[in-house]
Amino acid sequence: MTALEVRGLRKSYGAIEAVAGINFTIEEGEVFGLLGPNGAGKTTTVEILEGYRKRDGGDVTVLGVDPEHGGRALRERIGVVLQASDLPAALTVLEVHRMFAGYYAHPRDIDEVISLVGLEEKSGARVKTLSGGQKRRLDLGVALVGDPELLFLDEPTTGFDPTARRTAWELVRSLRALGKTVLLTTHYLDEAQQLADRVAVIRDGRIVKQGSPAELIGVAPKVEIRYREDGRDIVIETEEPTRMLAELTGTAAAAGRELEALEVVRPSLEDVYLDLIDNGDADDNGST
Amino acid sequence: MRLFLHELRNQQRLFWRNRESAVFVFIFPPMLYLLLGAVYTGTFDGFRLADVLLVGLIGYGCANTAFAGLAITLVIRRESGVLKRIRATPLPTVTYLSAVLGSTLFVFVLQMLVTITLGLTLYGAKGPENRLGMIPVMLLGVACFAGLGFGATAMIRSSEGASAVVNLIVLPMAFLSGSFGPTRRYPQVLQWIADVLPLTYLIDLMNDVYLRGESFSGHPKEIAIITAWGLVGLAIAWRRFGWEPRER
Repeated sequence: MTALEVRGLRKSYGAIEAVAGINFTIEEGEVFGLLGPNGAGKTTTVEILEGYRKRDGGDVTVLGVDPEHGGRALRERIGVVLQASDLPAALTVLEVHRMFAGYYAHPRDIDEVISLVGLEEKSGARVKTLSGGQKRRLDLGVALVGDPELLFLDEPTTGFDPTARRTAWELVRSLRALGKTVLLTTHYLDEAQQLADRVAVIRDGRIVKQGSPAELIGVAPKVEIRYREDGRDIVIETEEPTRMLAELTGTAAAAGRELEALEVVRPSLEDVYLDLIDNGDADDNGST
Repeated sequence: MRLFLHELRNQQRLFWRNRESAVFVFIFPPMLYLLLGAVYTGTFDGFRLADVLLVGLIGYGCANTAFAGLAITLVIRRESGVLKRIRATPLPTVTYLSAVLGSTLFVFVLQMLVTITLGLTLYGAKGPENRLGMIPVMLLGVACFAGLGFGATAMIRSSEGASAVVNLIVLPMAFLSGSFGPTRRYPQVLQWIADVLPLTYLIDLMNDVYLRGESFSGHPKEIAIITAWGLVGLAIAWRRFGWEPRER
């Protein structure tokens, strides 16, 4: 079953085209990552899907309905973690959960949600006393309290220290265990790789690559062989490092030369990502 | 209805839990009555000043609660993203806004009862001559100033500025409209300004209903002007009100 489908989505703010015709599909129970730098169009895309903004063009269905006209029935079925929003600072963790639970026809058990996001010990604490990481967990708890089928998490770990990020990742994994469909945006490659079943890399409002994390790494650019000769740095890019290296070393050994500072450099994930972001051609075929 | 009551309870909890605004919105008008009532004695137009001030400060309380308090609260909620977050839930907008209004009305009525009790016990002021007539007066006053409060919310851009902006409006308005004592000796220019302000007409209406025991419906001019101001506020809100932070 398809949980969410985006076809040719477009949105401009004045002269700036924030989303320039993107396609992707998310299956039920899947964790989908929208990966890209700041200003790539991630939040605009998610906010259109959440029903906050009207699109300029394209077709969008969220749980089978158009989010512009989904109304209350759709909002019963989705959970939202916004990139930047506070919850009432003067209420306690328990009270905030109770407040939001009351908005839904069939809420989850509040205590269960609070323990799911690991805030049992903070249940009676005022929101304003929580740490940044705890507030983010509260956001997630409030998003879960209506027992949604589909969750939108907009940069759920931005600004976290490494420990808090690990904790947040565990939480997202637990959502998968609950069978929820998740659309996650992030500008951290490792986060997308850790959490998402499939990833779309977005840049300047276009999807430049999409596939499983393994497939993304599979499109690694060429391996570099570097050495120094006569005081000059030589860099050879090759798709066949083994053969290239054998030739180089064979020739050098035969001539009795030493290849100074020889190294073979395989691009890191970061390089793959940066390569896509910097000069990836828009290859928006929406393959799913 | 279940949702409305749920949200009304939320609004009440949020109001009283936020100490600073509860003190400013709820305590300030009765406190001013306590002070002014202690200073001014005598009669005016055949009424004791304790009575005139009582009505004036109920009027100020209405503007302070429904206009100033509401606008400040809504701007802060908008800028912190709380309004945006609530928009993503199934809670209907109408239910949310009705609960906000209901909660505001409740706070104002409670405040009015406190002010009247102070007047009766400390300054020998009198209770309302036309009790039933005060009900539509209160509803009209809260509706008008809440309408203006929604309009002000739409105009104010930041949380930091909200309190300054609304007080710059409410305090001079209350002064000109006679909340803090009779305005008959004010310079003519100030009286002309007062003649267009909604609070002037709300206080006139209360003078007639509360002090003279006249009927509510016998004052179409006041009712029309107060209603018109409320509609102006709503019209501004209709065009410019937003649920999302302006400065984030």
